[in-house]
Amino acid sequence: MTSSKFTRRGLLKTGAAAGVTLATPQLLLAGSHAGFTNAPTGSTVTLGFNVPQTGPYSEEGLDELRAQELAVEHLNGIGDGGMLNTFSSKALDGTGILGKKVEFVTGDTQTKSDAARASAKSMIEKDKVVMINGGSSSGVAIAVQGLCQEAGIIFMAGLTHSNDTTGKDRKANGFRHFFNAYMSGAALAPVLKNAYGTDRRAYHLTADYTWGWTQEESLKASTEAIGWETVKTVRTPVGAGDFSSYIAPVLNSGADVLILNHYGGDMINSLTQAVQFGLRDKVVNGKNFEIVVPLYSELMAAGAGENIKGVFGSMNWNWQLPDEGTRAFVKSFGEKYGRPPSNSAQTCYVQTLLYADAVTRAGSFNPCAVVEALEGFEFDGLGNGPTLYRAEDHQCFKDVLVMKGAENPTNQYDTLEIVEVTPRAQVEYAPNHPMFGGDEASLGSCNAGA
Amino acid sequence: MLGLNKRDTRFLIIVILLTLFTPFLLQPFPEESALAQFNGGYPDLMAKIAIFGIFAMGFNILFGLTGYLSFGHAAFLGVGSYAAVWMFKLLTMNVFPAIIVAVLVAGLFSAVIGYISLRRSGIYFSILTLAMAEMSYRLAYSVLTPITNGETGLQVRDSDPRILDGADAAQYPNLFGLELSQSWKLELASHVFTFNVGFYFCAVVAIVMFYISLRIARSPFGLVLKAIKSNQTRLNYTGMNTRPYTLAAFVISGMYAGLAGGLMAVMDPLAGAERMVWTASGEVVIMTILGGAGTLLGPVLGAGAIKYLENIFSKINENVLHEWFAFLPDGMEDAVIWLIARFTGEGWHLTLGVMFMAVVIFLPGGLVEGGGRIAAWFRRKPAAGAGAGGGDGDGDGDPEHHPKPTPRIATLGD
Amino acid sequence: MDAIFLQILNGLDKGSAYALIALGLTLIFGTLGVVNFAHGALFMLGAFCAVTLQKLFGLSYTVIDETQKDFLGNPLKVEVSYLEGWFGPEIGGALADWSVPLSILLAIPIMVAIGFVMERGLIKHFYKRPHADQILVTFGLAIVLQEVVKYFFGANPIQTPAPQAFRGALDFGVLVGFEPGAVIYPFWRLIYFLFAAVLIGAVFAFLRFTTFGMVVRAGMADRETVGLLGINIDRRFTIMFGMASAVAGLAGVMYTPILSPHYHMGMDFLVISFVVVVVGGMGSLPGAVAAGFLLGILQSFASMNEIKAVIPGIDQVIIYLVAIVILLVRPRGLMGKAGVMEE
Repeated sequence: MTSSKFTRRGLLKTGAAAGVTLATPQLLLAGSHAGFTNAPTGSTVTLGFNVPQTGPYSEEGLDELRAQELAVEHLNGIGDGGMLNTFSSKALDGTGILGKKVEFVTGDTQTKSDAARASAKSMIEKDKVVMINGGSSSGVAIAVQGLCQEAGIIFMAGLTHSNDTTGKDRKANGFRHFFNAYMSGAALAPVLKNAYGTDRRAYHLTADYTWGWTQEESLKASTEAIGWETVKTVRTPVGAGDFSSYIAPVLNSGADVLILNHYGGDMINSLTQAVQFGLRDKVVNGKNFEIVVPLYSELMAAGAGENIKGVFGSMNWNWQLPDEGTRAFVKSFGEKYGRPPSNSAQTCYVQTLLYADAVTRAGSFNPCAVVEALEGFEFDGLGNGPTLYRAEDHQCFKDVLVMKGAENPTNQYDTLEIVEVTPRAQVEYAPNHPMFGGDEASLGSCNAGA
Repeated sequence: MLGLNKRDTRFLIIVILLTLFTPFLLQPFPEESALAQFNGGYPDLMAKIAIFGIFAMGFNILFGLTGYLSFGHAAFLGVGSYAAVWMFKLLTMNVFPAIIVAVLVAGLFSAVIGYISLRRSGIYFSILTLAMAEMSYRLAYSVLTPITNGETGLQVRDSDPRILDGADAAQYPNLFGLELSQSWKLELASHVFTFNVGFYFCAVVAIVMFYISLRIARSPFGLVLKAIKSNQTRLNYTGMNTRPYTLAAFVISGMYAGLAGGLMAVMDPLAGAERMVWTASGEVVIMTILGGAGTLLGPVLGAGAIKYLENIFSKINENVLHEWFAFLPDGMEDAVIWLIARFTGEGWHLTLGVMFMAVVIFLPGGLVEGGGRIAAWFRRKPAAGAGAGGGDGDGDGDPEHHPKPTPRIATLGD
Repeated sequence: MDAIFLQILNGLDKGSAYALIALGLTLIFGTLGVVNFAHGALFMLGAFCAVTLQKLFGLSYTVIDETQKDFLGNPLKVEVSYLEGWFGPEIGGALADWSVPLSILLAIPIMVAIGFVMERGLIKHFYKRPHADQILVTFGLAIVLQEVVKYFFGANPIQTPAPQAFRGALDFGVLVGFEPGAVIYPFWRLIYFLFAAVLIGAVFAFLRFTTFGMVVRAGMADRETVGLLGINIDRRFTIMFGMASAVAGLAGVMYTPILSPHYHMGMDFLVISFVVVVVGGMGSLPGAVAAGFLLGILQSFASMNEIKAVIPGIDQVIIYLVAIVILLVRPRGLMGKAGVMEE
């Protein structure tokens, strides 16, 4: 392009540098010397935390990140150890994983499949991570899970509630600690039956994408099983903002329950607007009109404010649970960050510990060994009571919480209260359940990569 | 050589060298050093830069040369991706059918959209393309899920028919058996350089596409496009029908986008609807302007700058910053880290915004002009020749480097 | 019938927001010819004026209450707002309750000032630059504004309720002859529609009936000639930019009870507002308003189950479909002027 000027001195310097760098050239087929992708060689091992840091779910992503950093501290023996003290498996001792100090890299999924995969790829190719953890949407979880399967590393999904993640899109290298739409339906139905009776007519508003559909399908099935009638299911565009034209027809439809299969900002807006339309003051068929939000999160509850009072929903975990593991985690998280952890934060924290524990028990970072150690693993002490990582679909089975918007919150963190802890047995299903891909769904075989 | 004059040949050779040595150029810092965070020489990022470079090059044929600002080009990229993944599913994991079909489908789609949109010009054209792309995105996200797999994105599965592949054929995208994910590593002292099959495949395609766009720009056809940009009305008065030319430019750039989409699927066999959303269309507009609209190398530089920023800056978290600034006294360390953390990690969007503003305020001709100024400064010439793009070696007398400012204030009458 | 009437109300309400944003945008974009990608951000900043006032009214000091425990088991810190401390719970509570309408008073000076600063500091230098440069610089500005708001307020939507008195719904149907209970409509949405109508009327009256407005309209038509007449048109354009910014801001303030504000809301409205302006026709204020209401109403109708059942997904694309049809049938939108941004 331009003729740069070479001076004699400059040339000498360049020559000397070239001499040094040329001393030990090695051309290697990447990874050919290791048994699996990114086998850690030094005294450290790197984990990848891939969460939304920009966009509408960034608050949730940041909370996941906080929990993951805390988990790394606990694994490395910094701090009070959190749930390591209450975990039923005692393999971890606070000296890292297999004696290697745990380091981590972070990335931004932007809640977009492409960006999430790009970020995950850079973690795998550049930072040599052995495991990727986190995320805040099912589309992203499924996309990154597929990538990790191809690359031969372990994926632990963050917040993903769609049945597909461990249903028709299940992968051998991926695990999910979070619960799913089917479980929400199974946990909510008995509570709804008790509170609102068996003679109800439900109207669904559903976010028009895969997660919304699986939740609608699950809720429809479980509410119809307790005798409710489904008046109508209506799909709404994602990010519609103004839901008035979808809410208005509910008024005179004869329905007496509105089920909002929305999440995040969509849920905050649709719930607020439904309340503005006076739905909750309405009496239909001689019964009070009710609203149900099947999937709750702490941030949604905060965003919806007063409107959430008395509205039922479900959650994976909540900081108000009384068990020992939860108390230990809330204490160390609260002392470090000054606020209680969200349920997606707990998921990411627990998954980091579980991965580390599985590696330690397997005695290897080889993803296939880790998969073997996690499959069918039963444990306790990480919140939610006795928990199983089912071998057939890599879904976690544990108690599910039914929540209700608190009538009189005392501070900004207890806007939701636990109504019932639904026992694990009640939310279990067969691995080949039709909502989960039926007999065709298969994990495939585990991939250790290069 | 190859029908180019001496200056263009030199330009092309420089571009070829730059592209082939990308694994070195983007990996300037030794491993383990604090600055290794800024290394971008890993396969995914290098390939992304090549792919978005192709996308922006094609966009530039329509926008930079012809002066038509399309706000819906991401739709063609998305359609190309879907077509490529479907070829992987139905035919074979070999990349050639996928890429060829991606280009053809995107070409067809852009012919339809171009035929309709080009009935209008100026902002009306932009909004027509935007509307069609948004419609494609929204439908792909929701009701077209059987074809696109909606939000989750279209993926290849073991159960796909893949009728051309034998039982023992490769499971991943490949060039007649050579898998694109294959990499070689060269360890030189403390540097590690990665040579990835997929990146070199994209790089070769990008060089070919660059050559084609160079030829287009130098051809009589290119001359007509430039004439359309400077004054379409006058051209019409001379009795020339400009529609076939604009449509051809639209379809060519649509095919470039389709090729880019196909390559994205080749590097990573997944196609999602969000590739078609309006911000994705906006991104290629921004890339082109950022690099320098109307110049040949500018759009590629713009694409590189944005993709690099997105992937490198977003990964600098506070932990990394603490390692970098550990040498500072405590109070100062915290202050410095606080400030920098606003621009990195979760704050990388802010860097993007500030960069857009800074470039357009201080370098009206985009990054290419910046390169030109630096080159001029090195030559000890006065930097007065703003826009004289020494940066892309494109020749000073080239009219493309002086994008004609269009009149801003609306005038009545026509 | 009542279902259709309800959707018309919804459409007018949606249309009010579209029309207000498009009105401001058309002043800048349709007449000054500046492609302002930061206009959505102005709408967002307006909404955050309401959030700011709500936070200001909610500013509080903490009292440690030994009788209650927080989530870690430490004594609970009870927040007492200054406002209630100063004015007593009655007036303080009422002020906090009315924070959204009151923030109009805050938003007008702030938004006008932001408009002035933006025009004088940045946009002024871009009048003679290509549209491409304007897009890049205003898009950059929009991102910067968003990120600043995100830093202070977070990414989560913030609930900003309407005053208690207007929170419920009104049996609007009775007023126009429907059966009681057939058409129940939220109070605040009716107020938003009225507010939009008044604001749009005020802008039109200002441009129509004042000398200032006359000069501005003349300047839009032929800037040079007006300049030759010895009138300082630049200063008036600055004021107009401030006005456009205030209109967008007020649209945002009053929309907060309907749509909980979050830092990204401007981008969500950006595309739609450009579509509305162009469908209305470049350079035409009445066109922008008409297009806003038209698209709002059509979008509401397309969301009806009866129509979605016939054409699935129509509610997702109706705005764009209508835009395409109108632009193909009427080359310059509904009321566009020839030659404006057509080159």
